Amino acid sequence: MRTKIKALPWQELLLPLAAVVLALLIGSVFILYVGENPLTAYGILFKESLGSVRNIATTLQRATPLMFTGMAVAFAFRAGLFNIGAEGQLYIGAFAAAWVGFTFANLPRIIHLPLAIVAGMAGGALWASIAGVLKAKLGVHEVINTIMLNFIALFLTDWLVTGPFHGGSWVPETARISASAALSRIYPPTRLTTAVYLAVVAAAAVYLILWKTKRGYELRAVGLNPSAAEYGGINVARNTIIAMAISGALAGLAGTEQILGLHNRFILRFSSDLGFMGVAVALLGKNHPVGVILAAILFGALQAGSAAMDRLTAVPRELITIIQALIIFFVAAEYLIRRMLRLKEDA
Amino acid sequence: MGKVLEMRAITKQFPRVLANDKVDFDLNHGEIHALVGENGSGKSTLMSILYGLYQKDGGEIIVRGQPVQITEPRQAIDLKIGMVFQHFMLIEPLTVAENIVLGSEIRKGPFLDHKRMVSEVERLSEEYGLKIDPNAKVADLSVGLQQRVEILKALYRGADILILDEPTAVLTPQEVEDLFEVLNTLKSKGTSIVFITHKIKEVLAVSDRVSVLRRGKKIGTKSTAETNEQELAEMMVGRVVLLRVEKGPAKPGREVLRLDGVTVKDQFGHVKVNNVSLTVRSGEVLGIAGVEGNGQSELVEAIAGLTKVAGGSIHLSNQDITGWSPLRVRRAGFGLVPEDRHRRGLVLDYSVADNLILGLHGSKPFVHNGLRSEKKIAEHAEELIRDYDIRPPVASQPARALSGGNQQKIVVAREFTQNPDLLICSQPTRGVDVGAIEFIHQQVIAQRDQGAAVLLVSAELDEVLSLSDRVAVMYNGEIVNVMPIEEVTEHKLGFLMLGGRPEEYDANEVSGSADQD
Repeated sequence: MRTKIKALPWQELLLPLAAVVLALLIGSVFILYVGENPLTAYGILFKESLGSVRNIATTLQRATPLMFTGMAVAFAFRAGLFNIGAEGQLYIGAFAAAWVGFTFANLPRIIHLPLAIVAGMAGGALWASIAGVLKAKLGVHEVINTIMLNFIALFLTDWLVTGPFHGGSWVPETARISASAALSRIYPPTRLTTAVYLAVVAAAAVYLILWKTKRGYELRAVGLNPSAAEYGGINVARNTIIAMAISGALAGLAGTEQILGLHNRFILRFSSDLGFMGVAVALLGKNHPVGVILAAILFGALQAGSAAMDRLTAVPRELITIIQALIIFFVAAEYLIRRMLRLKEDA
Repeated sequence: MGKVLEMRAITKQFPRVLANDKVDFDLNHGEIHALVGENGSGKSTLMSILYGLYQKDGGEIIVRGQPVQITEPRQAIDLKIGMVFQHFMLIEPLTVAENIVLGSEIRKGPFLDHKRMVSEVERLSEEYGLKIDPNAKVADLSVGLQQRVEILKALYRGADILILDEPTAVLTPQEVEDLFEVLNTLKSKGTSIVFITHKIKEVLAVSDRVSVLRRGKKIGTKSTAETNEQELAEMMVGRVVLLRVEKGPAKPGREVLRLDGVTVKDQFGHVKVNNVSLTVRSGEVLGIAGVEGNGQSELVEAIAGLTKVAGGSIHLSNQDITGWSPLRVRRAGFGLVPEDRHRRGLVLDYSVADNLILGLHGSKPFVHNGLRSEKKIAEHAEELIRDYDIRPPVASQPARALSGGNQQKIVVAREFTQNPDLLICSQPTRGVDVGAIEFIHQQVIAQRDQGAAVLLVSAELDEVLSLSDRVAVMYNGEIVNVMPIEEVTEHKLGFLMLGGRPEEYDANEVSGSADQD
């Protein structure tokens, strides 16, 4: 009787799009308030982020870590887990990658770079598995334990970078990684590296795992209905741990990319909330790898354009943070937007 | 008797279906009018239009002689129309009285007048003979009592036209009896009642008139006294329906399931299944009758490996499967139609095809080197959709979009096609319409005849009686009695289900028949 007709794909895209438009509209109120023309400000924002190949490259460079952290959150979410711990997993992964990068300086590039990447993934995976085990075996809710593990990861790496692995300079950072472990830049002078390819590969892998393998079938079943999964002979605890591990590996890749591509060393608290941004990116991207990539590019573009907007107009760059927050607000308030767009099916 | 309500040529078009096609419906003062039809026949839609939840696309509504426009529930309430939904709209942490007056609270200045609220509710519950404690928390009430709160809520708002949407779907047999008593009391007080259901027995038990809908069209209205089960079933389904399952005698073979002193405790350590021993042989159906909540669910879950066994042992085909994982039990030749298909049996957001491989998803041919074999999965889905007549026949649709009966067919198709040695069917036809019940019953018997050992758990006496070869009664976690079907009467089952001992029954029978002589 009340047959719910499956939302059409264009609607799936329409909702995040509407959220972005609404956020920009409200953002323009702020722009008017500081006495600028919203069209001018947004024009600069657009031009500086997507107006040339070089600007696009910068946008992609900003987007790359968000692709990884967004994917990390999305993957866990598909298995019914809210991974707030991408930030901590990112730090552990980053440190592991950096350590391999500056420790095994004599390895040939063909071994050294992959080894550093794998170490970064493993670090993130291991850290997230702790949360997975706590959840699966002891029933500690993953939101709580990943938040706690974030603090531990932060302070642990703080200590590592100021103590045993301090690089000797006057700033809290490790030694430089050897060139054989650094990712190659693909459009100098921008700092876009091959990590962006890696992100696309990761997205494809996430898609394949979730929708084309037995493992993915089990993970998603656990996420959608753990009782039915259990009935179907699926080991819920094991899949919870696996989901967290894969999610953590993706977050670890974000940290790895930052170290091997951008900073070339582990710097104390370098991340500036990339892990938490991943939650927003996953939400906007509807927890789908393609959506995550697009959402990450949008956030990357906003960040890439904000500096110029700040420089050329009276609009402060903090506006971008407000717009990002508004986007998330409207995506979360999906029901409100559905009403506004009259996407409501029969009551 | 005057008509309190007339709906004329009501039409409602949904995006893909014509839910109501020029439906006429009327309600007399002080009558119970049953509105029946299979799932998706448009009965809830019709009443939702009356209650202002949907807007009609055509037709007119006349309430107490006045043509009316009802565009929202508020207007329906003002017209003294009340509706009790299948899924209750109660606030569980609040008390009964608070829930009943919600939206029209009695105040003293800026504060709620709790005393008067309670006394008002007491007065109401006395007037209609609906006993309830106004100070009880709704969360602590049984489903039957929660429903009573819903009815009182409608009455408190002055309803004298009361719509009940499938009110018995969530109730135990005893609660159904209580509800019918309540309805008769309301009727005697002059309330006119629309009773939506798809269970024919209930129609015959409680209604004065009955209207049948099928695929959005009204098929007819009958006086209940002048119709019967068979006629109503045919009107609902549109063809001759076999209400009795046709089956030959059982040919019991080897012992497939053996329970020895099985005990199951819940998470708080309470004994739910107490020292149960029984056997099921290949080629027979053992029915377990019992009021729900007497340990049947826990027993089934224990056999399936979904719950820990606290004592005793379970043997399947001479293998000790006590403590095995659900997957291992399944692979040892076990199939289960779980009592709650939404919670256990289906991943509602998965497609029909993906649901049809739940539990088989890790086995050949559906997976190859860890990768899904989409082609095999699709072929499997196509085959089962055809064989089990799952509608609509679209493998890619999410299971959520299907009617209850068709969802159940997904579960049945999946479990039955594995031809398990042991098949447990728990409440296999709950919330399923007449046509699908017939089909599922035939399939159960077909499994039996192919040599499966079938354990049937059902709260529906009819179902137990018509399918079983032997019947066990479960009460308070124990098996009270196991008897061959020939020795079972409905009366005896009822007696045992409510906690009577078999010895007492036989004694009563003797003295009872002596009295009659």
